[in-house]
Amino acid sequence: MTLHTAPPVFIAAAGDHPGFLSPSGVEIAFLLVGLATLGAAVITVTTKQLVHAALWLVVALGGLAVEYLLLTAEFIAWVQVLIYVGSIVVLLLFGLMLTRAPIGRSPDADSGNRWVALGVAAATAAALVWVVADAFRTTWIELDGPAQGSTEVTGAFLFRNWVLPFEALSVLLLAALVGAIVLSRRRDTDTTVRPGTNGTAKEEQS
Amino acid sequence: MNDALDVALRLAVIFVVFLVAPLLVGQTEHKVMAHMQGRLGPMYAGGFHGWAQLVADGVKFAQKEDVVPAAADRRVFQLAPAVALLPYLLVLVVIPVGPGDGAVGQVIDAGIFFVLAVMGIGVLGSLMAGWASANKFSLLGGLRTAAQLLSYELPMLLTAASVAMAAGTVSLTGILDAFEWWWLPWQIVGALVFFVAGLAELQRPPFDMPVADSEIIFGAYTEYTGLRFALFLLAEYAGIVILCALTTVLFLGGWHGPFGADGLGWLWTLLKTALLAFVVIWLRVSYPRLREDQLQKLAWTTLVPLALAQIALTGIVKVAIN
Repeated sequence: MTLHTAPPVFIAAAGDHPGFLSPSGVEIAFLLVGLATLGAAVITVTTKQLVHAALWLVVALGGLAVEYLLLTAEFIAWVQVLIYVGSIVVLLLFGLMLTRAPIGRSPDADSGNRWVALGVAAATAAALVWVVADAFRTTWIELDGPAQGSTEVTGAFLFRNWVLPFEALSVLLLAALVGAIVLSRRRDTDTTVRPGTNGTAKEEQS
Repeated sequence: MNDALDVALRLAVIFVVFLVAPLLVGQTEHKVMAHMQGRLGPMYAGGFHGWAQLVADGVKFAQKEDVVPAAADRRVFQLAPAVALLPYLLVLVVIPVGPGDGAVGQVIDAGIFFVLAVMGIGVLGSLMAGWASANKFSLLGGLRTAAQLLSYELPMLLTAASVAMAAGTVSLTGILDAFEWWWLPWQIVGALVFFVAGLAELQRPPFDMPVADSEIIFGAYTEYTGLRFALFLLAEYAGIVILCALTTVLFLGGWHGPFGADGLGWLWTLLKTALLAFVVIWLRVSYPRLREDQLQKLAWTTLVPLALAQIALTGIVKVAIN
């Protein structure tokens, strides 16, 4: 829990010495955790063991949560753990166990699309960095006041300034949810109406 | 130096509570179950009514050989008990026992989120154990654990959100400071849903499908022996303590009581927690195990609608009194 007491020190130190040559302890910690996160992420996509990949993903996502904490965004950090580590990874592991989760290496798990995937990932990262940098280039954070990432500040910001995008996102997610239910139910009725046909059998396997 | 001493003392107290409270619950379970079933339970270890039975069990576990199955994934298999146990230790740090900053390990601004997020990690330990054991029963147990968590996490979050709405804060100490006695009838549905969903997340009876001994031996923990098995058991009982303490803090007013709120607040918290722990044991003795489809049906068709109704009620009352 020392992480919580650290950010104010960082704020004060950054106000006094704005430079790369005298990094504070929190900045060094940020860098080290970032390296560990990057390492875990690389292992996630390169390891040949399926379940190990999912577990390294836990490390990478947890590392991201620690980075959020170091940036004083406490609320975002806990939500990150709650949603990604607690739910998404459990869902991933559930899916893996349901389908195929051999112990040891699975050499056939590799895809021939790895270079395309790398290209897409690089393009996505570039686009995201560019958009974020462009949008917040002129935004300055007041470091002298209270921490900017507390739950109260985040909540007020979200529901005052960004309430429209927030609601739009909710509607989008709701639409995806309803769509998923409709898709799964239609397949269900198909199999009961025409149980023996080739088409449904193929559909079920996919 | 004084600060460091303060932090060290708090951590030491929390660690001792973390080790002792689950043992107390375990011993109570031995005795309460026994008496409910017309038996005596452990009577010899330690002399007085077998009080040292769990200590003796612990010594026995520590003496056993540490076996890792040949086909298992060694590292994940050995890491799993730690992943299952440590989150509960972390959660214990933020639970306020009495009023003021002195009675809580560390005040966290987003307390509810921290607690629920970290508790969710514990299940990863069961999943890792289930997969890494290279045993079909273990894998089935892991699958059932995951399915159960996915459906019961939602009602738990929703009811916690209802309390946060009522109090206007997500900090555990803030919720207790805002508590009024009439919250009890106001949030009672949420409390029941939270408690039931928490039981399911801990895989306690009647939600012990993932470790159903008549079907899949002991689920994800089938291949474990000795200390690692003891750690899983400790995680289960620590989970009971955490769940009861959380229900107390969120829904039953924590250190608030009819009298003695100034000096004896911590006693109210402990009393309510112990009472809830008794209910957990009672449920184990009195209810048969739910089948998998009944489990899912209960979560999605009963608990989630109830939780949503509770949120609507909270919102309406909140708007009305403002």
